[in-house]
Amino acid sequence: MSPDTLLMWMLLLPLFCAVGIVLARRNANLRDGVSVVFGIALFTVVALLANKFSWDSAPVWVLAEPIPGLALKLSPEPLGLLFALIASFLWPITATYAVGYMRGHGETNQTRFFACFALSIFATLGIAMAANMLTLFVFYELLTLATFPLVTHAGTAEAKRSGRIYLGILMGTSVAFLLLATIWTYHVTGTLDFTRGGIFPAGTDKAMMSVLLLLFVFGTGKAALMPFHRWLPAAMVAPTPVSALLHAVAVVKAGVFTLMKVAVYIFGIDTVAELNSAQFLSYLAAFTILAASIIAMSKDNLKARLAYSTVSQLAYITLGAMIGTTAGVVGGSMHIAMHAFGKITLFFCAGAILVASHRTKVSDLSGLGRRMPFTMAAFTIGALSIIGLPPTGGTWSKWMLVQGTLDASQWVLLSVLLISSLLNIAYLLVIPMRGFFGNVKDCEHDHGATTGINEAPLPCLFAIGMTSVGCILLFFYPDGLHALAQEVAK
Amino acid sequence: MSLFDHLPILVVLIPLLAAPICSLFRHGIVANRIALAAAWTTFGVAILLLKEILSNGTVRYQLGGWEPPWGIEYRIDILGGYVLLIVTAIAALVLSFARRSIESEIAKRRVAIFYAAFLLCFAGLVGMTITGDAFNVFVFLEISSLSSYALISMGKDRRALSAAFQYLIMGSIGATFILIGIGFLYMMTGTLNMDDMARILPDVAETRAIRVGFAFLTVGFGLKLALFPLHLWLPNAYAYAPSAVSAFLAATATKVAIYCLLRFLLGIFGVGFSLGVMPFDMILIALGCAGILSSSLVAIFQKNVKRMLAYSSVAQVGYIALGIGIATQTGISAAVMHMFNHAMMKGALFMALGAVMYRVGSVRIESFQGLGRQMPMTMAAIAIAGMSLIGIPGTAGFISKWYLVTATLEVGMWPFALLILIGSFMALIYIGRILEAAYFGTAKPGIVVQEAPIGMLVPIWVLVAANIYFGLHTELTAGLANQATAALMEALP
Repeated sequence: MSPDTLLMWMLLLPLFCAVGIVLARRNANLRDGVSVVFGIALFTVVALLANKFSWDSAPVWVLAEPIPGLALKLSPEPLGLLFALIASFLWPITATYAVGYMRGHGETNQTRFFACFALSIFATLGIAMAANMLTLFVFYELLTLATFPLVTHAGTAEAKRSGRIYLGILMGTSVAFLLLATIWTYHVTGTLDFTRGGIFPAGTDKAMMSVLLLLFVFGTGKAALMPFHRWLPAAMVAPTPVSALLHAVAVVKAGVFTLMKVAVYIFGIDTVAELNSAQFLSYLAAFTILAASIIAMSKDNLKARLAYSTVSQLAYITLGAMIGTTAGVVGGSMHIAMHAFGKITLFFCAGAILVASHRTKVSDLSGLGRRMPFTMAAFTIGALSIIGLPPTGGTWSKWMLVQGTLDASQWVLLSVLLISSLLNIAYLLVIPMRGFFGNVKDCEHDHGATTGINEAPLPCLFAIGMTSVGCILLFFYPDGLHALAQEVAK
Repeated sequence: MSLFDHLPILVVLIPLLAAPICSLFRHGIVANRIALAAAWTTFGVAILLLKEILSNGTVRYQLGGWEPPWGIEYRIDILGGYVLLIVTAIAALVLSFARRSIESEIAKRRVAIFYAAFLLCFAGLVGMTITGDAFNVFVFLEISSLSSYALISMGKDRRALSAAFQYLIMGSIGATFILIGIGFLYMMTGTLNMDDMARILPDVAETRAIRVGFAFLTVGFGLKLALFPLHLWLPNAYAYAPSAVSAFLAATATKVAIYCLLRFLLGIFGVGFSLGVMPFDMILIALGCAGILSSSLVAIFQKNVKRMLAYSSVAQVGYIALGIGIATQTGISAAVMHMFNHAMMKGALFMALGAVMYRVGSVRIESFQGLGRQMPMTMAAIAIAGMSLIGIPGTAGFISKWYLVTATLEVGMWPFALLILIGSFMALIYIGRILEAAYFGTAKPGIVVQEAPIGMLVPIWVLVAANIYFGLHTELTAGLANQATAALMEALP
């Protein structure tokens, strides 16, 4: 197939999948099979496209041209391919996991759930492939809307309240700041196409560009930079597969991906380095890293702790984009992938624990390692990757980020990264430690057997295995990823 | 002269003549068919006219063969053809939607009269759009206003009467002001033909009489188009009128008033005078912004959804006023574009509310509980049209917001850009309230609500589809708006 066809199928497959899910709603097995099959097909398509990619012959697909000279168009580039690869690789795995989780947990409205899930993937791929800021914005908003029913899936009062926060912050910031920044940029430059080296003509007023950068960064609520991070913990009310794929990978990565794109292809790395506001933003990111880590330590609810950990890790990527060095951009891009694998593993484990033992609190997990050894082992691997310790993939991205701060001679930021790694150990590794070495604690949720192995359903374990092995493989074979990330910063 | 040359008069004549015919029948259904036929024919004529204008330029028609400036002249340029298209399309769609809704909301013996009044109102709006004669504007304005008072008063709720009366008082003051304004202009120029007036006016522009006339005209039209703070009649009128009437008036009446204001501002006084010598640009910007903020805020707290959307209309008029006040090519064409887009979204929303009224019997926010499951198509229509109102990309509303924000940035007024977007956010909140009730609320047990009948759904979804289509393809909306504005702005000194 030609790259043009592949690009088209990349968007159409998840869309058809959503339709297929609705059509197959009468037969649960068929319906859930649809997600997995389409997911695998999608990953194949993305991988083929990534394999053939070259800057000179990148396909372009124009969807429509709502404003003369400004089309909705899609075209792959390395960063987008990287993002699309991760999202499409993790989707079938999550779909498998979700089958086990949703059935094990007795959730209702599963057809709506899986259909919205496929739509979210569609929007994510649209963001990844967007060839200009307008297209990205369109899919960005679509992603918010498609995930909204997933966040409010439970339909309880708490879910409704969280839904309001979710929609309010994500839509509010994007409409008020991101759109403004986009239109303003278009007004100044006359184009919104993502271009290597940025689109601002030389000699553009630096003060105005500073303001624009602020608008872009604060407008991208999905990047969860403080003070616009509240939606992410609120979104944890959703079923765990959603938290895993969407609120650890697709949605939040769409946020930092947008920031990356803006920094690299709208402003250009060198320009970012000269802007005062970028300096301010990198310090704000550093603050977010520390503050979110500290909040995470204080959370007893496992998913809430993981959510704040995500806020903190996202700020790493924002920091990488804002320090304006090649290593920072490479590290940030790689961290998009590394954090995705690590965090999705952790969320999968949290969900598995919930399904198998109905526990949600960290303090209840003591001794659980003996009942769920496999899950706890996977949790350890995921945690190591987030912290950035060998033998997991997270090592490399943190390495590059540290190198980025060194290149920019930002000693304060460097020390923040190091302190934060220590904090990560404190709030993440403590969980498997308790699980393996703590005393078994009786919990009111326990049904019958308190001894013996009692793991989550098989599809869940399969998914956990895939992602945790992924974390380790990325340590030994980071070359492909690194090459793509290098291509971004070229 | 072939029939084709008489298109400009036909477009008014068809509804105007169909109205009395409607009133002759006792059966509502016959009146309905006549009104429908009249509206769709008019729509067809409007399309033909627009094609003619686009290929051969402004269409002129002399009534009775009397040459202007002695006789009345109809003159339809691109802007006129564009507004005419909006008005006739909405009328045709609303009438297609109306039959069942009207039968359930209006006493049987009044149905035929209702259609007659509806057609009169329609004819008045069409007339205002195409006439090239200042006094004729007033005549058609009164035709449409008087019939709309009657239409509103037919609402099921008793408060419809007081709402209609309120509108009658305010509307009459507005119309009188317009008449006085036209009188001043006539006094100074000695002509009623708009083109003629525009030609003579620059010689006498520096007089107090012209300025006073200008003031009367703008305040008069400000009342008719519900410019904040002259909008007080609107929320009640829209809230208590029969559903079909709300849909029709919300989508067309204010638009035509805005169009007439534009005609006078740009076509007669000229941009330099109205938005430069007179400080009307600043007034429009200030009032527009105040309208956007205050009305959106009030809309958030409404319990009656029709009232909520009525306040939202006032806010949308604020956007249009802001666009005109910016007084650049982009600003005014954004305003013109928003007239079209707003007609589509509000038409769809009010018709969907009509469907809810028909099935549930109330449009209070509590009655929406659980409708997401019971009336999925209607609620989906509200959701999509609502997104267009908010300005989500991919919908028509986004396009108008885009141009409007661009316009503010072009003249360096970025705080207003932020304000426009904050307005969008407020729209998100009030639309969100409706959808939250519909999708998360639980229906009262024991009450079974059916989906709206197909005859209602089709017109609603035509408009919803238009909202999406014109969000992606803007040759017609933005393209024509740009052309029309360019023509208006360069035609004058």
